[in-house]
Amino acid sequence: MSTAKFSLIAVAIGALVMAFAHWFHVDYLFFASYTILQFIVLATAWNILGGYCGYVNFGSAAFFALGAYSSVALIKFDGEIDAWFPEGIANVLHHIFPLPIPVLIMFGAFVSGIVGFGMGYLTLRLRGSFFAIATLALAVVLQTLIVNWDFVGGSRGAYVIRPENLEFAGIEINYIEYLFALMLLLAVIALTTARVIERSQLGFGFATIRDDELAAEACGVPTLRLKLIATTLSGAFMGMAGAPFPYYIGYLQPASAFGLEYAVNSIAMPMIGGTTSWVGPLVGAILLGSAQQYATVTISSAVNLLIVGLMLVGFVIIAPNGLIGLVQERLRRRQP
Amino acid sequence: MDIPFDLLINAIAAGLLLGGFYAAVTAGVSISFGMLDIVNIAHPGFVILGSYIAYFININFGVDPILVSVIMLPVFFALGALVYQVYYLSFEKRGQESLRGLAFFFGLLFVTEVTLILVFGVDYRYVEAAYIGPSIHIGLIDLPLRMLVPCITALALFSAIQLFITRTFTGRAIMAVSQDQLALQLMAVDPIRIKRIAFGISIATAAVAGALLIIIQPVEPSVGREYIGRIFAICVLGGLGSMPGTLIAAVLLGVVESLTATFYGPSWAPAVAFGFLLLTLAFRPAGLLGR
Amino acid sequence: MTALLHVDNISKRFGGFVALDGITLEVQPGERLGLIGPNGSGKSTLVNCICGTLQNESGSVRFDGSTMDGLAAHERTHRGVARSFQLPRPFHSMTLADNLRIPLLYTVHARLGPLRSAGDLDMRCRDLLEMVGLAKKAKQMPRDLTQVEMRKLELARAMAAEPKLLIADESMAGLSHSEIEDILALLVQLSERGITIILIEHIMSAVMSFSQRLAVLVSGKKIADGKPEDVVRDPEVVRAYLGQ
Repeated sequence: MSTAKFSLIAVAIGALVMAFAHWFHVDYLFFASYTILQFIVLATAWNILGGYCGYVNFGSAAFFALGAYSSVALIKFDGEIDAWFPEGIANVLHHIFPLPIPVLIMFGAFVSGIVGFGMGYLTLRLRGSFFAIATLALAVVLQTLIVNWDFVGGSRGAYVIRPENLEFAGIEINYIEYLFALMLLLAVIALTTARVIERSQLGFGFATIRDDELAAEACGVPTLRLKLIATTLSGAFMGMAGAPFPYYIGYLQPASAFGLEYAVNSIAMPMIGGTTSWVGPLVGAILLGSAQQYATVTISSAVNLLIVGLMLVGFVIIAPNGLIGLVQERLRRRQP
Repeated sequence: MDIPFDLLINAIAAGLLLGGFYAAVTAGVSISFGMLDIVNIAHPGFVILGSYIAYFININFGVDPILVSVIMLPVFFALGALVYQVYYLSFEKRGQESLRGLAFFFGLLFVTEVTLILVFGVDYRYVEAAYIGPSIHIGLIDLPLRMLVPCITALALFSAIQLFITRTFTGRAIMAVSQDQLALQLMAVDPIRIKRIAFGISIATAAVAGALLIIIQPVEPSVGREYIGRIFAICVLGGLGSMPGTLIAAVLLGVVESLTATFYGPSWAPAVAFGFLLLTLAFRPAGLLGR
Repeated sequence: MTALLHVDNISKRFGGFVALDGITLEVQPGERLGLIGPNGSGKSTLVNCICGTLQNESGSVRFDGSTMDGLAAHERTHRGVARSFQLPRPFHSMTLADNLRIPLLYTVHARLGPLRSAGDLDMRCRDLLEMVGLAKKAKQMPRDLTQVEMRKLELARAMAAEPKLLIADESMAGLSHSEIEDILALLVQLSERGITIILIEHIMSAVMSFSQRLAVLVSGKKIADGKPEDVVRDPEVVRAYLGQ
């Protein structure tokens, strides 16, 4: 199936979902689905570096939060234009700000991408485990920096007022639905990108890094360059997922942006779904995401996270190739 | 900036004591990461577990926390041996340590933290002991006993490990297994058993480190995550596998963190370790005394 | 005639252990050089320093007229140095054909530009597999191969990079007599195509029959370098390596 066909089908499915929710006016469905779509992007982004290249990123929350907080910074900046700039410049700026969310998403991608690149450059030339450790430490450090940065609210948090509606080509769209549509588009882009990479020479190179990096180098694969591409892409997508978050949640606190659920889910979803293809993170995100939405409401969020953690440990030990791997095994055994 | 001298000297003193403690926390990872090449990022989780066990027994039975940790040593050792066995069978044997092993330990860390949240809640917990509160005064310097006692215990633990590794047969076998597993096998020593013992010791140190931690500061389940950066920064700065290097790096980190907290505020302390880590990786990845 | 490979006084230490102590070595284009020495003498370290897997601390490595110091391993492969690993390191998640496609895509293309279509690539993979006798197993996975088949895959993959210099690192260890003959015949075939070959081996019969020149490494130092018949009679070589 060509890439164009694939993305069209994906968009069509998404449009169906959206139409369904819109028709039946189930606001909760939009909120729940938004979260799942967010996880699809995060899981897919994680998998580009983790599943394809074999390099584990424990700091997904950091990249996600960077996207969220770069949006907050730009939103706050909009509020300060009159205070900081003389009238002439302020007027010009008011034409640009407040920035539309797609632009915020670009910013989020840029900031998180750069940080991903920087961290990769410092640590990827060394042992694989150093990168993983550095990503762990990154999350803590970024949280420390944000908590100390009063401009974005520090530990008190930041309020972001979500408009009721958005005017687009003369039609009024409910803002929640707008956010949902954006995240849907992001998910489609992420999945399509992952699929394109997988089938390309780049993806082939990624696989050699995962299989045997030393042999890959000996074969002429520029491993450092490829790893940096993966890190930057992965970080950028996570930042993109985070950029609309302040509008979605309305009140952003460091604790929620850097929350535990992002760290563990970004890893658990691809590993449980299956890391070798773009389908794994999608399956993992939908299954785990839905289960968690249900569990959080019926049991408690802490127990829900505990179950995810236990599942991660369990799957890693028993089914290292995830659900997709189990299915593939089943199919392979059926063939004579 | 006019730095008051007594503030400076006390910050350094506190940093030295803190550094000694950090050495005890890191000792276990020096063994598991430095010598066995196992990236056990769940180590802080075991430390916090040790803290909570010390808390529980201390609050309910009035036993001194350090005594609790000594009693818990064999339990944590067994736990470590068990974890290693699972790790070995699931990952090391199959040659998949990198991705899956890391995910496994991350899962362990996560599960430990969430379980503690479920059982104990997110309130800060602290222990009670005779030496928490009073301080010794030497001239301008105040040495709080709640930091001095853990520091001394930490150094004792550290020396014990160093002696064990250099003087006993098992200890030297552990050093050997980190350098040449095949040679060890040729000497009719089972490298897997040696690694299991080493990992067990590594986790046993967490029991003590945990008790010391909750003496120094109140503890809640997410405190473990702050220590990941510190532990690995110390390991890398000190040079992997070098115990003396770990001690020096730990004290260095302790002093810099203490100075930062005193003059720039305590909320900046976690960033110090990361800064250390980044600088070390950028300029001298082998560490101060690394191989 | 300028040497294809010129290793000039390189040294490498690991902590306190000196693995290579001032090694100087030259290989002429088209030559067949044998490299022998006891275990731990530094042969693999030398290979790693030539190929860029490790960086030597002093001295320099020159290849085909220009220096390779500081170049990463993949860049050296692009320049024309290829090696097979002592313990075969195939890409275990790919078929044999795909294993060979990697150096074709990443080295040959990098050097010549993407001149080849997908069909050409497939043909080249098949040719290489034919050459080592693995054509029938093109769609199989490395885990289904025998030891000697893995060694052949290693060599085929090194060849796929179209090197000027091929370093075969103990490709014959643990093989039966006929299997050794197989690999030897393959190497001779490659040599006849003009590829310079460094053969690192313990199996003296293979080394003697194959090499035009023989170098001996002991404890990080080169103690002999010359015609094979002369080297094996050198008393120091006999003492250090061949036995009293």
